[in-house]
Amino acid sequence: MTRIQLIAGVAATLAAAALPFLIGSYDLNLIARFMALGILALGVVLLWGETGILSLGQGVYFGLGGYALAMHLKLSALAPGEIPDFMVWSGLKTLPWWWAPFENPMVALVGVVAIPGLFAGLFAWMVFHRRVGGTYFALITQALALAFATLLISQQATTGGFNGLTEFPTLFGIDLNTMGAVRGLYWITLAALVGAGLLLAVIRGSRFGTLLRAVRDGENRMRFLGYDPTPYKVAAFAIAAMLAGLAGALFTLHAGVVSPALVGVVPSIEMIIWVAIGGRHSLVGAIVAALLVNLARDRISSALPELWLYVLGALFIVVVTLMPRGLAGVAEDLAARFRRRKEAA
Amino acid sequence: MDGVVLALGQGFNGLSVASLYLLAALGLALSFGLMRVINMAHGELLMLGGYIAYLVMKAVPGTAGLLLALPAAFAGSALVGAAIEAVLIRRLAARPLDTLLATWGLSLILQQAARNIFGPIGVEVRAPAWMNTAVSLGALSLPTTRILIIVLCAVLLGGLALLLTRTRIGLLVRAVNQDRMMAAAVGIDVRRVDMVMFALGSGVAGLAGVALGLLGPVTPTVGQSYIVPAFLVVVMGGLGSITGSTVAAVILGLFSAMVQIFVDVSVSQVLMLVLVIAFIQFRPQGVLAPRSRALDA
Repeated sequence: MTRIQLIAGVAATLAAAALPFLIGSYDLNLIARFMALGILALGVVLLWGETGILSLGQGVYFGLGGYALAMHLKLSALAPGEIPDFMVWSGLKTLPWWWAPFENPMVALVGVVAIPGLFAGLFAWMVFHRRVGGTYFALITQALALAFATLLISQQATTGGFNGLTEFPTLFGIDLNTMGAVRGLYWITLAALVGAGLLLAVIRGSRFGTLLRAVRDGENRMRFLGYDPTPYKVAAFAIAAMLAGLAGALFTLHAGVVSPALVGVVPSIEMIIWVAIGGRHSLVGAIVAALLVNLARDRISSALPELWLYVLGALFIVVVTLMPRGLAGVAEDLAARFRRRKEAA
Repeated sequence: MDGVVLALGQGFNGLSVASLYLLAALGLALSFGLMRVINMAHGELLMLGGYIAYLVMKAVPGTAGLLLALPAAFAGSALVGAAIEAVLIRRLAARPLDTLLATWGLSLILQQAARNIFGPIGVEVRAPAWMNTAVSLGALSLPTTRILIIVLCAVLLGGLALLLTRTRIGLLVRAVNQDRMMAAAVGIDVRRVDMVMFALGSGVAGLAGVALGLLGPVTPTVGQSYIVPAFLVVVMGGLGSITGSTVAAVILGLFSAMVQIFVDVSVSQVLMLVLVIAFIQFRPQGVLAPRSRALDA
């Protein structure tokens, strides 16, 4: 990292940390949501940009993290022996066994990253150890996203169905609807985002990061050199899933809801376009694009809802065909041209 | 006795579902074998076929309308497919994962366009009256529409098999399938083979769309509901193999119909995915894979 990049990074973080004093709670909440999505985008950079694995099912892990926390929030608002209202409406008398552990805040907090991580690790190992990858893997992950979302919708009595889980008044006894809570959550999200970014920068610079790029650029050559690529691919997939789970939990806190609409096929693939626009090899690009695309989506879809799908579709086509390295690639090219001109002068 | 009838009935339903999966998957499998790319907008070619059937059968009612709708849907989807191949896929063929994303963008646009033109609610294809009957076999009652779809699928499979094994274009397709570089080196215009097969596969998707229209309303997202199982058929079938895809479609169709005796549709979707993942533990290369010494098949 050059000195200029370091200074720019610190300045951007400080500016972001000062934001709660400059804008109202509605906008702050919106930005905090998109920052949470930025954490997920970082995972996609590691998985897709570095390792060359395209997952069209990141929404699954986002959802697992979100639901893990939401289940705790639902339970913590209840008196002992009560069960959530939607279960009562569906005629349930007792809490399903798999809900019970989430009454414990520690289980929920650990579960936010551990459940997506373990599930993703197992799933990825099942597929990768048989050397099924590339397009096949992308298609299987999409089928997984579809199955997960349909399952959530159909199991109304225990998952809240189409509406998902919502109405969380408190987190660990703190009222979530005060300005202080909104600011506090914003700073937590910012810290998580910066922490995740630094973690990934370290991973990229490490030997492990080099091996991930080796998987991407020449999996067979790597085998010839005596490495088994499977554990590296599984690890990259699990790390991306854990970041997605963390993002899902933070997003759920900010949005006050987690529902199948956030985890299915379409949202999952949208997560990829953020990174494609930012530049699949760029951590900063992914964060910036996650913020920009979602802000654009917020503005366009509230004014002209029909237009958004055309814009999104066109973005996919244009970015992938014409600028495969995304905004970061464009910025790099501009910088290189600027340097050349300076040298020539 | 009731159990046997139920199982037989579901077996028949499974075969008709398998026919739909296969019709939806054939085009994908053909061009995946040739170019190693998947067109995510393939589901919208199904949708297009459905809407063409709706328009044609609105203008010409009765059996004549159906007979007219089939070639019209085939031609319409084939044309759009050829355009997609020429404009988008050809440019991206060296980057299979990027092709997935770009064609997904196209599928979003096509879906939204359908929503604007035909409205978000489905349109009903007016099927000829004789199709609303059922054939009784003892205690079993088999809807005519579903029988027709199975027949359509079988006829198409036979035709495709003849095309691939008995014609010149079939010979070229098999050559490119086996070794693209050698085929190009001996003077085969591989780009044209790609294009022709892509258009053909898209046309088959259009026919599948007509079949969907006969079963239920045509909606802007009708393709999406069949495309994911079709992808699983491609994964399970083996690289570009028609026989493999057929076997995979029958397995998945029968499996989903049979488990639906015990669980609801959403759980059956999960179980289908579990089946595919379990299957690749034993045969990662798919039901039928061409013998090859290539390192990266």
